[in-house]
Amino acid sequence: MDLSLIDWSRAQFALTAMFHWVFVPLTLGLGVIMCIYETIYYRTGDEKWKRLAKFWIKLFGINFAIGVATGIILEFEFGTNWSNYSYFVGDIFGAPLAIEGIVAFFLEATFIGVLFFGWDKVSKGFHLASTWLTVGGATLSAWWILVANAWMQFPAGMDFNPDTARNELTDFWAVALSPVAVNKFFHTVLSAWMLGAAFVIGVSSYYLLKKRDTEFAKNSIKIATLVGIAGIVLTFWTGHGSAQKVAKHQPMKLAAMEGLYEGKAGAGLVGIGILNPSKEAYNDSENPFLFKIEFPKMLSWLAYSETDSYVAGIKDLVDGNEAQGIISVEEKMEMGKMAQQALKTYRTTECDSTKQAALIQLDENIGNFGYGFFKEPKNAVPPVGITFYAFHIMVLLGGYFLIFFIAYWFFNKKGILEKNKWLQILALISIPLAYICSQAGWVVAEVGRQPWAIQDILPLSASVSKIPTSSVQITFFVFLAVFSILLIAELGIMVKAIKKGVDNE
Amino acid sequence: MSIVFFQHYWWFLVSLLGALLVFLFFVQGGQSLIYQIGKKDDEFQLLLNSLGKKWELTFTTLVTFGGAFFASFPLFYSTSFGGAYWVWMLILFSFIIQAVSFEYIHKQGNLLGNGTYKSFLFLNGLLAPILVGAAVSTFFFGAEFVVNKGGITDLENPVISQWTTQWHGLEAVVGSTTQFHLWNVVLGLAVFFLARCLGSLYFINNIKNDEIQSRSRKHLLINAIAFLILFLPYLIKLLLKDGYAEQSDGTFIVEKYKYFNNFLANPYLIVTLLIGVVGVLYGIITGVFCKKSTRGIWFAGIGTVLVVLTLLLLAGWNGTSYYPSLSDINSSLSIVNSSSSLFTLKTMSVVSLLIPFVLGYIWYVWRKMDK
Repeated sequence: MDLSLIDWSRAQFALTAMFHWVFVPLTLGLGVIMCIYETIYYRTGDEKWKRLAKFWIKLFGINFAIGVATGIILEFEFGTNWSNYSYFVGDIFGAPLAIEGIVAFFLEATFIGVLFFGWDKVSKGFHLASTWLTVGGATLSAWWILVANAWMQFPAGMDFNPDTARNELTDFWAVALSPVAVNKFFHTVLSAWMLGAAFVIGVSSYYLLKKRDTEFAKNSIKIATLVGIAGIVLTFWTGHGSAQKVAKHQPMKLAAMEGLYEGKAGAGLVGIGILNPSKEAYNDSENPFLFKIEFPKMLSWLAYSETDSYVAGIKDLVDGNEAQGIISVEEKMEMGKMAQQALKTYRTTECDSTKQAALIQLDENIGNFGYGFFKEPKNAVPPVGITFYAFHIMVLLGGYFLIFFIAYWFFNKKGILEKNKWLQILALISIPLAYICSQAGWVVAEVGRQPWAIQDILPLSASVSKIPTSSVQITFFVFLAVFSILLIAELGIMVKAIKKGVDNE
Repeated sequence: MSIVFFQHYWWFLVSLLGALLVFLFFVQGGQSLIYQIGKKDDEFQLLLNSLGKKWELTFTTLVTFGGAFFASFPLFYSTSFGGAYWVWMLILFSFIIQAVSFEYIHKQGNLLGNGTYKSFLFLNGLLAPILVGAAVSTFFFGAEFVVNKGGITDLENPVISQWTTQWHGLEAVVGSTTQFHLWNVVLGLAVFFLARCLGSLYFINNIKNDEIQSRSRKHLLINAIAFLILFLPYLIKLLLKDGYAEQSDGTFIVEKYKYFNNFLANPYLIVTLLIGVVGVLYGIITGVFCKKSTRGIWFAGIGTVLVVLTLLLLAGWNGTSYYPSLSDINSSLSIVNSSSSLFTLKTMSVVSLLIPFVLGYIWYVWRKMDK
């Protein structure tokens, strides 16, 4: 396959997914917070909470529309740009997407109408239910799409069928409730709460800064900091779970996240580090780091919950490490090629005994099918730099937000925030930081997964649609232009709405 | 129950979603009429408010249609979307700009100005029905592709489905090597004018404004005539044309009057088609001539669902190739050779039992909000 076609297709998917992810976490996070505001209104009957809920729902709506717009393309891109992928695993992968549509999207689409237009048409209780159902629908849809994504990281519940030459579903619950999916769902959705909270605190601090709507702002912050604390604590907790899953199912990703080339027992976790740009190959003698500060043994603990566990490095994973029972990529490539050859034989031969022999050979080697597409062992290594930095940015910012939410809850309660201009400005600056943190998380998950579309089963190079590279280039730039313009428009509308404020609707 | 049952059941569901989608194109039809029916600003605002409460249902139906097709007939998904790249991309672009326009128009600071968002709505109203109609027409008139399920084992060039024309989907509308492209355009335009009829009927039903109602009735008549002029020849052509029939060994042969024969094999489809046609015509006629009647959308809407459902069932049932390949007859797709495994279809069928429940709450909320 033409390398530039793969790279452009990859770039287009990354672009559209990242744009989509600008809007989704705010939908999920702000969604929950506004539900809480409206619930307080419902329970107290106090109009000030209604005004508060309505204001945040307005911002939610501005963000929601573009989230929907950028989402539709992702679903269809599996077909348009990853045609082989869609066939090869469509039997498994299509189901969560369909369920997402039937179960979640309609919930969202139906009740959002009530949310925006129903204030005077339905009862208070029905409106509240609609608000929760809209956000519930969005969260449920996150469940199913994350099930799909988790399956790509940890393929489970399927069997290869040589007659159709594809993977087929054998255990639905193994896919829908896979431990990787469960963990990914909570990690992702709870981190979105963190982002939503940071957004509410930042915007509210703007009012404090401008010395207007201060009661409104303080009430908003009160709830948001609590949601933020819950969100970030649980994000850390599920983050630990996530690292364990990665260690178990995608050790190469873990090694790349930490820039760990030589495996060791009791491996340290890099707190801050700068990678050595002159390290070109995984097995050259260059030191991978120019500089790093390490927490001793913490990586072993993070990955295996034991401080002395062995963590495999990139070199071990590529070249193999007999002592640790790690098979080399070269051997896996051999097995992958055997599997592919067997499949070819099975599909072309007329002779029954040859067919049987091919089946046995296929069965033995199917687990490494994807390695057969590699040209050389180093193809198995993901881009270490991006994965490493994204991981550390995510963790550092996560730590920052843990302190941030607790501190701002306290400052707000004690009236310190209202008086201190610098804290207000810092809260505003923290909004983009939350977005960077959130995006970085996906960069770790997806760049760290390279070169695989589906771990060990199918690399991206064998997933791509055979279309002219120029077509993908064109759509890439059209997406870039259209989404950028729409993003700027969204920000413009959002800023206007915020400036207009709560009392002057 | 056997896989054959589930393949038919899922083709029915996909067809039903497609049929509902065409009915829900009343939103697009309405959007394509905003300049003609909403002449003054306050009139346009009425149209916008009315459509703004429904567009998400159309959008969601499209997404679900895609998801359901993917889950049940993945080979179609991988072949058509990856091959007819440009048609699908254009459709998607038109929906991207639609989704933001309803929210961003008339908002301060919207960067592009209200007029631009208005034109986006029009553009989606124009493009989506035409392109979707043309794409659906290729279910009968075919497309140029080859499929090799074992292609993944060709290490140098792992390709399963591939388009054999450089047009990558645009041939369905502009025509390069296929002799059938004109018919695709005919159906595309027919769907466009049908959507405009439904849009007019929806305005008549949903907006209590004399000016808008009378303009809608006028446009309904014009568009209904255009629709019939395009659709009736298409229907006749369909009944007279060949189709690909799947043999028991999985190969295909050309069968004369295939779609007509499909009717004869499933006579109740004649009934659903006729009821559908009558419904559409009755809805249109009451809309145009009965100045008091506002219920035409229901007749025409249900009629549309029945007609489209019948056509799509004709395409897929009775051993027909629903996606004939013009490049290699045995690469053609049928519900047998393109479906998911029995296990997946069964699992998805359990999920599909939720569909009536979904329709129920949509109906309930719709009624509540229109009061």
